[in-house]
Amino acid sequence: MTTLTIKRADGILTVQDMGRPGHLAQGLSRGGAMDRRALLEAAALLGARAPLAAIEMAGGGGQFSFDAPTRIALTGAPMSATLDEEALRWNATHLIAPGQVLRISGARAGVYGYLTPAGGIASEPWLESRATHLTIGIGTTLSAGDALPCNDDPAPGRPAYGLAADTRFEGGTIRVIDGPHTALFDVEVLEAFYATAFTRGPRGNRQGVQLAAEPRFTTDHAKGLASDLIGPGDLQMTGDGVPYVLMAECQTVGGYPRIGTVLPADLPIVAQAAPGAILRPRRVTLEEALAATRTEEAELRDLATRCAPLVRDPATIHDLLSYQLVSGVTAGDDLERD
Amino acid sequence: MTDTRPLDAEVLPVGLDGYLVRFALTPEPAAMTAARRFATRIEETAPEGVVEIAAALVSVLVRFEAAADRAALLTLLQGMAREIASGPLEMPDPARRWTIPVSFGDADGPQLAQAARAAGLSEAAAVDEICAADLRVLTIGFAPGQPYIGLMPEHWNLPRMSELNPSVPAGALVVAVRQFVLFGAESATGWQQVGRAAFRTFVPARAEPMPLQGGDAIRFAKASADEIARLGDVPDRMGGAKLEVLR
Repeated sequence: MTTLTIKRADGILTVQDMGRPGHLAQGLSRGGAMDRRALLEAAALLGARAPLAAIEMAGGGGQFSFDAPTRIALTGAPMSATLDEEALRWNATHLIAPGQVLRISGARAGVYGYLTPAGGIASEPWLESRATHLTIGIGTTLSAGDALPCNDDPAPGRPAYGLAADTRFEGGTIRVIDGPHTALFDVEVLEAFYATAFTRGPRGNRQGVQLAAEPRFTTDHAKGLASDLIGPGDLQMTGDGVPYVLMAECQTVGGYPRIGTVLPADLPIVAQAAPGAILRPRRVTLEEALAATRTEEAELRDLATRCAPLVRDPATIHDLLSYQLVSGVTAGDDLERD
Repeated sequence: MTDTRPLDAEVLPVGLDGYLVRFALTPEPAAMTAARRFATRIEETAPEGVVEIAAALVSVLVRFEAAADRAALLTLLQGMAREIASGPLEMPDPARRWTIPVSFGDADGPQLAQAARAAGLSEAAAVDEICAADLRVLTIGFAPGQPYIGLMPEHWNLPRMSELNPSVPAGALVVAVRQFVLFGAESATGWQQVGRAAFRTFVPARAEPMPLQGGDAIRFAKASADEIARLGDVPDRMGGAKLEVLR
């Protein structure tokens, strides 16, 4: 077992994985990482077969150290990272030696950064997940002095990998499909909604993100509506016609009408939109959405093929001779092999 | 049933991996019964590819794996929904029954008198009716494990209060619109608090963190305030609730 010590917590730091699906009937939402793609990227970079439990960092990072050599992946919102004094590339893996201090500071774009140890955080699971679910009091935010158990890095000698930076951290177009309440909205309201460039509003957390704009989007059918099942991606209209995108820790039932649902593939764009970023909803048909969608397993396999070894200039490596340069090299197809 | 209007069952896509089977847009008793019947039926049928079934008051969400045959599932759900909407609309026989001790009135039910009066009953008669009612968990939501329980007879169709109850404690049994909510945690509510249970609907560390299931039969058993206080000291926080498996 490897221990990850939080030496300093600047942002809202929580342990997150892919959450707890399958408990809607008992009122428990899936929860898990706000930017699920970032956990898939980390798994691909680290050569893991499935996403690992990581530290989600919102609004700032912190300082971290390990007591055994461990590779880490840095993914999600690009943040400034240094190991001792050396700058580290984001969207890449790095080997951390015991005693070294990893410093991560505020996001240059986006909201949620992720620090994933190669063995995954091995804190006590609850209902088969380690995800902190703040709304219902499962887990808590991390603070200085906390020590998290991690599984040992299965291959600390594996070379460092990087992925090209993604563009999901500055807002953009979010594809939306109709849902069971879409027909409650007048055609004019729907047209106005899809013609609006929204600003990511000041209100937002792991439960939902506000979309701000001048116009309001109401329906006469909102009153008396029976509460219905809701989920991440749903575009819920509050009583005054202000839309919220429901996120990982939303409730499981709600009484507000929903104009549509953001595609899971575009939800990371909403999660990573900082206040002020522009989000433009685009209505797509279910058929278009299905054609453009792949499973997270398929996405992980694809990401793995796009990871490239980090090329470092040996002249900048100050202790070159201490590096193990041969063993642990792989063909880069670890995920395909059984 | 008092409501004899035909139900209009719809099956609508939800996200990329779900269908919502909806029997009404508003919380009509007949649609609640239909949704519960449908949930029971689909749980027993367990169609191939279905990964999750969750019932709200008048609708049921059916989630399926990406590889499932969407068209075949749609046809199956539509057929089943039509059949159930055409009746008979009686609550299905419960598979399990909980008996949950509750202390009524006084500090544990500060609005019992007011709720009883609104239902046209004395306090004693109101408690007797609550404890005699054949109730079901209609849905669970707004907090993990927190049940909506119904339906009481029509004279219990009490409106929500215009003034919010600023804070009711965990375990509060509140009533409105022929239903009860048993609150899992301290909460504000527009419903009237008639009693309090020591049973906690959500205890993360318990072997079964959220023991109630949709469709469970519920019987409330009158207990004294002292008994409820004593049951509240038992670490499992089951509050003396007893479960019978009926089939």
